Amino acid sequence: MLEPVTYPLDDILARWQPYGRAGLLPCLIDVQERLGWLPPDACVAVGEALHVPLADVYGVVEFYALLYPTPTGEMVLRVCDDVACFARGSADIVATCSRLLGIQPGETTPDRRFTLEVHPCLGQCDRAPAALRGLVPVGNVAASAVETVLLNGEVAPLPQVVGDERSILLRRVGRCAPHDLAAYEADGGFEALQRALQIGAGAVIAEVKASGLFGRGGAAFPTGVKWESAAHQSDRTRYVVCNADESEPGTFKDRVLMEGDPFAIIEGLTIAGYAIGAQKGFIYVRGEYALAFERLQMAITKAREAGYLGEDILGSGFAFDIEVRRGAGAYICGEETALFESIEGKRGMPRQKPPFPTEKGLFGKPTVINNVETLANVPHIVRHGAAWFRRIGSEDAPGPKLFCVSGNVAHPGVYEAPMTTTLRALLEMAGGVADGRAVQAILLGGAAGTFVPLDALDTPLTPSALRSMGATLGSGAVMVFDERVPMLDVLARIGRFFAHESCGKCYPCQLGTQRQWEMVQRWHAAGRVLAEDMPRFGDLAATMRDASICGLGQTASAAIESWIRLYT
Amino acid sequence: MSSITLTIDGQVVRVPAGTTLLQAAERLGIQIPRLCYHPHMTPPTVCRLCVVEWEGARTLVPACVAQVREGAVIHTASERVQRARRTILELLHSAVDLSETPDVARYDAELGVDPQRFVDGVWREAPFYDDNPFYVREYEKCILCWRCVQACGDDMQFTYALTLGGRGFHTRITTFFDAPMPETTCVFCGNCVGVCPTGALKGMDEYLLERGVPMALLREEKQRRKGRLETGR
Repeated sequence: MLEPVTYPLDDILARWQPYGRAGLLPCLIDVQERLGWLPPDACVAVGEALHVPLADVYGVVEFYALLYPTPTGEMVLRVCDDVACFARGSADIVATCSRLLGIQPGETTPDRRFTLEVHPCLGQCDRAPAALRGLVPVGNVAASAVETVLLNGEVAPLPQVVGDERSILLRRVGRCAPHDLAAYEADGGFEALQRALQIGAGAVIAEVKASGLFGRGGAAFPTGVKWESAAHQSDRTRYVVCNADESEPGTFKDRVLMEGDPFAIIEGLTIAGYAIGAQKGFIYVRGEYALAFERLQMAITKAREAGYLGEDILGSGFAFDIEVRRGAGAYICGEETALFESIEGKRGMPRQKPPFPTEKGLFGKPTVINNVETLANVPHIVRHGAAWFRRIGSEDAPGPKLFCVSGNVAHPGVYEAPMTTTLRALLEMAGGVADGRAVQAILLGGAAGTFVPLDALDTPLTPSALRSMGATLGSGAVMVFDERVPMLDVLARIGRFFAHESCGKCYPCQLGTQRQWEMVQRWHAAGRVLAEDMPRFGDLAATMRDASICGLGQTASAAIESWIRLYT
Repeated sequence: MSSITLTIDGQVVRVPAGTTLLQAAERLGIQIPRLCYHPHMTPPTVCRLCVVEWEGARTLVPACVAQVREGAVIHTASERVQRARRTILELLHSAVDLSETPDVARYDAELGVDPQRFVDGVWREAPFYDDNPFYVREYEKCILCWRCVQACGDDMQFTYALTLGGRGFHTRITTFFDAPMPETTCVFCGNCVGVCPTGALKGMDEYLLERGVPMALLREEKQRRKGRLETGR
């Protein structure tokens, strides 16, 4: 039987005890940060302190890739081996790590100094190939520098995204110190919140509706409609949630915004909270984004001190505060209902909808959940008006958009443009294909997106134009593969990604992502898409799309299907 | 209570608001296949075998929880629906021992399921636990319908000995750090065994009889096994 806990955990347990089950994930993260892993006796202490059944504690520990029920090495090296990094040589980095450490991915060195892991997309594609030492990012890793920067931890500068003053969403990124509230205010920061409090919640919703802003996380749902739906619920306890679990392969714009302009997210979320009559906001940041988490916490503290958050915001009587939560390695938690489950201290498994979040969301209460970039647009709309916003872009796609251009381009990064822009224009902004090579393929929208035909480089990236060619913008990820990249290997990695990230709840995705991965691995080994697999692949893809509970399963075959359509 | 009129497979039916599509279809004598649904438990909506086509909806919807709406037009056995059901069963056959799962043989026949279709994929290796005097757990027969976890938890017993572990294809039913059942909060109420639809959980009598232990020796055999467990095997 289990021995009583002998670790000093009292402060952590005391901190999270009042939250009950909703404190489970942050409590486990804190315990693991202290102990290096989650031993059974520590899990018992957590379960007892938070009144969570022990089996449920274990179920949660097993669900999240960044939680370890067995000891790891002192340093966990997480090398990204996903599509964007693969296009820039990550396979060499993994092989070099393996060789130098004498272990395979998933193993720990005999001296217990290192654990080596290959990790799904880390959201560092502008610095590919990338890795995390623990949670500290290392970018543009050269195979020759693996020993110095990855193993020995010599600090190498990370390339940063820098906006310019003509941009809207990126104007402060890299130009204002992220912790400088005065600089944010001097640039018009928190003017929108003041205006919102003056014009009233109804007028704010009307303005956002009139702006035509739609979600920037991938689903493109009209933001104002969502807000209005929550505001009309009879239940007065309401939440707003910022979905910062950015995990779609090839997507890193939200990271750039949170690291570079955290006050804008706080302001956008506070305005959303005011508009729908929420008392509390959450920002759920993916666990791999340690710097974003830190900067958001810092920004919240400063905003609270300055009276932008708290019991009586700017003397308006509006009481609202924000809590930042960390994920722990689960792509699925970017799905809105899975994210709620995760905040509630459960395994991050999506719920069957309806009910929709605006009716029954977080803790069963009306909830508005918006993506980081969506919320970053809100202060601009409230401050400058819907008409101003609509001058950017087109009728069906108003406002600025961030595009994450990665893979084999000269300057991978986040680029701001209206959605009337084209892939050709984005490629030019990113300096074209590196080393003058030819483009082989472009994946739009990440692993859940689609390959687009190369004769569509001049198609505007608006929803209507993309729909007519069977594509969607998704989160705005543009992954470029040059002629050298073995594309069947890319497909195999996409297959692996979904098999790894399926939560396992519904059968089509739980079983289908595994069979799909096996199938693309066979194609990769055979050097061609096997024609004899087509009937069953077609059934598999249709079944996942049609019968899965959530967007993960519904889109798990999209990229592979589009590849087959275009290239076989 | 207000009533709702909708069309299911071309037949118009009038039912009270709040009725599920599954219930509404059954009033018309239309049987919809299902594996995870149990009328007295929280529908986990995981098997997706009961999906039906709702005209105008982007995806298929699970009939076990989807509620009727005025004017809805539902197809319970369209080609699109059958394709999904057939494929889900083919996927299950490739990973799980369905030999004791009721109705599967009938569904297979009705839908034209090829159990060998994905047989080149890996089988889901799963443990066999014989760790207590009351029941055995043979997880290669587990379809992850969640009923045992729900019965152990909020749906029946409030004992919380069981949880889902792992993720994706490797999801499994387990206990706190995979502890043997006597070391968990399990009170051996038997509710999980009662609701298990696949033979993955089996009461000791049934298990021993199946293994050829004669009825007359059952009590003796169980005493012997109990002693073995208590002395640490």
